[in-house]
Amino acid sequence: MAKVRIEKLNKAYGDAAILRDIDLSVNDGEFVVLVGPSGCGKSTLLRMIAGLDGVTSGDIFIGERRVTNLEPAQRKIAMVFQSYALYPHMSVRKNMTFGLKFSGMAQAEMERRVAEAARMLRLEPLLERRPRDLSGGQRQRVAIGRAIVREPDVFLFDEPLSNLDAALRVSTRVEIAKLHRTLGSTMIYVTHDQVEAMTLADRIVVMNQGRIAQEGKPLDLYYAPANLFVAGFIGSPAMNFFQAQVESVAPGMILLSGPDFATFKAPVGDARIAAGAKITVGVRPEHLIAPAGSGFSLNGSVELVERLGETSYAHVRAGADHPLIAEIRGRSAPAAGDSIVLGAADRDVHLFDAEGMRISAGAA
Amino acid sequence: MRLKPSSLGVHAVLGGYTLLAVLPILLVIMNSFKNRNAIFGSPLSPPTAETFSLIGYAKVLGNAHIGTYFMNSLIVTLGSMGLVLLFGAMAAWALTEYKFRFSTALALFMSIGIMVPIRLGSVAILTMMRKAGLNDTLTALILVYVAQGLPLAIFILSEFIEQIPRDLRDASRCDGVPETRIFFEVIAPLLRPAIATVAVFTMVPIWNDLWFPLILTSSESTHTITLGVQQFLGQYITDWNSVLAALSLAILPVVVIYVVFSRQLISGLTSGAVK
Repeated sequence: MAKVRIEKLNKAYGDAAILRDIDLSVNDGEFVVLVGPSGCGKSTLLRMIAGLDGVTSGDIFIGERRVTNLEPAQRKIAMVFQSYALYPHMSVRKNMTFGLKFSGMAQAEMERRVAEAARMLRLEPLLERRPRDLSGGQRQRVAIGRAIVREPDVFLFDEPLSNLDAALRVSTRVEIAKLHRTLGSTMIYVTHDQVEAMTLADRIVVMNQGRIAQEGKPLDLYYAPANLFVAGFIGSPAMNFFQAQVESVAPGMILLSGPDFATFKAPVGDARIAAGAKITVGVRPEHLIAPAGSGFSLNGSVELVERLGETSYAHVRAGADHPLIAEIRGRSAPAAGDSIVLGAADRDVHLFDAEGMRISAGAA
Repeated sequence: MRLKPSSLGVHAVLGGYTLLAVLPILLVIMNSFKNRNAIFGSPLSPPTAETFSLIGYAKVLGNAHIGTYFMNSLIVTLGSMGLVLLFGAMAAWALTEYKFRFSTALALFMSIGIMVPIRLGSVAILTMMRKAGLNDTLTALILVYVAQGLPLAIFILSEFIEQIPRDLRDASRCDGVPETRIFFEVIAPLLRPAIATVAVFTMVPIWNDLWFPLILTSSESTHTITLGVQQFLGQYITDWNSVLAALSLAILPVVVIYVVFSRQLISGLTSGAVK
C-alpha cells in the first residue's frame, strides 16, 4: 500500500514532447484511471511509473521513496499488460512463481501466495496448464494473478481488457472492481474505454496531448467538464456543440444567440463575460428533451433514427444545417423526415469560452 | 490436392532442383555398395546380386584412423555449433535489446561477415594460429568455424528476437527477473525454432568443410572425415570403393542431426508466416 506522487514529469523523444509537466498524486488505496485518445501519453505515463521508460525530467515517488531512477523490480509495483505477456513455455503456476524465485522467497510462502491468488481468481483447476491452453479471459486472470502474488504497493494496468470480447470485458471489469475492494491496494489503470473509466475509477484523469485535461470523480467529469476536450471525450454519443455569440450581459446572466438555436438566457454565476464574446454551447444527447418554457431550444429535422431498443438516437439537422444527436428514451421515437423541437434544462447546458474553458456556473 | 498452373511451374522447378541435388548423393551411395569393376562398368545402375560388394565399407571401417576422423569431425562440428548458438543468441539479444554506443556500428560490422567469405583471410588465419601455438589443433578449427558461423547466426536470431513481444521482456523486468535470467529462461526457450534453423545452417558447411582442416591440421590425429577421405585418393591410384563408402558414412551424422532439428526447423521457417 502506498501513495504515488508525480512531480513535473516530462518525457520527450528528441524534439517530440510526449508528456509535459505532469503533476499527479494518487492516494493510498485509490483506483485512478488514466483515460484519453490514443497518443495522449497515458501508456507512456504508466510505463514511466513502472520504470520501463526513462524519465526526461521530473520525479516519481512511491510511498516516501523517490523511485525516479530505480529499476522496475525495486519499485514494488506489478503490471498487467494488454497482451497478457504470460511466459508461454511455463505453466500457470510457474508463471506466477517465476518472478518470486528471484526475490529469495521461501518455497512455502510462494505456495501460500499462489494458492491465495488462485482461490481469489478461480484459477485452481488451471494451475498446471500452459497459457496456450487457456481462453483470453483465463489468460488475463493469470496475468492479474501474477501481479497479485507479488503483493505490490501499486498495481498498474495497461488496457487489460482491450483484447477481450464484449461479454468477457464486462465480467473481468467486475472482477477487477471486486479485487480492488478486497485488496484495497493503490491501482493505476490505463484505458481508452470511457465505460471502464466511469465504472472502475475513484478518480479519472483525462489526458490530451501529453497534458492532464482534467481530473476528478467520474460524475464530476460528466456533469461539469472543465473544458471542451473533456466535454467531448466523456459521454457516448459525444456532447453536441453549438457556436454562439453573447448578445448582452446582465448580472449572472448572458443572452446567447447562434445560427442553430433560439436566442436564450443562460445563467453564468459570477463569471465575467463581455458582450460580443464567442461562446461554445454544449448539450449532451441524453439531455435534449422537449423544451419547457425558457432556456435552450432548437428546431430541426430528423435525418435518421437508430433504434437500440430501450433508447433511440435521432440524428438531427438543426438551424443552419448543423448535425447533432438526440437520445430519445422509450417507445415514441420520431421518424426520419419529421421536424422536431428540442430543448434542455439550464443545468444541462454547458458553456465554454473561446479558449475552450468552462464558464457556466451550473454544476450538479 | 489440385495445383494451379502457376504453382505447377514452381513445383516443376523445385522438383528439378531436388533431382539435381539428390542424384549425385544417390549415385555415391549406390556405387559404394558395388565392386570396383561395376563402379566403372555401369556407374549409373544400382547394385545387383553379382555386383554387390561391401569391400569399400570393410576397408574403411578396418582403417585404424577412420574412427578418429569421425570423432574429430563430430567434436569440431558440435563444438562450433554450440558456441555459435550460445554467442550468437547472446549477441543478437544484446544488439536488439540494448542500445549502447556503437551498437549499430557493431551490428553492421557483424553483417559484413555475412558478405565477405572467411577463406579470404586464410593466410592471416594460418599465421595467427601458428603464432598462438594452435596450429594442428581442433581448437583452431573450432575458433575459425565460430567466426565463420556467428554473423549469419546473429542476423537470423536478431530477426526472431524482434518478433518476441516487448511486453514479455517488460513483464519479466517488472517481475524482478535479472537480465541474464530473462535471456536464458524467457527469451532462449522461445527462440528454439530459430536456434534449430541456425543450427542446421551452421552445421552443414562445417561438417563438409575441407579447406580449413587442409591448411590448419597436419597430423592424422587432428584430421576430420572430409580430409581423411583424401588418403584414399592417390595421384596415380584411387581406391574408389573406400572413397565412396567413406563419403556415404560421412553423410549419416548430418542426416541424424538434421532429423533431430527438422521438426523445430520447419516451425522456425514458417513461424510468422501464419497466425
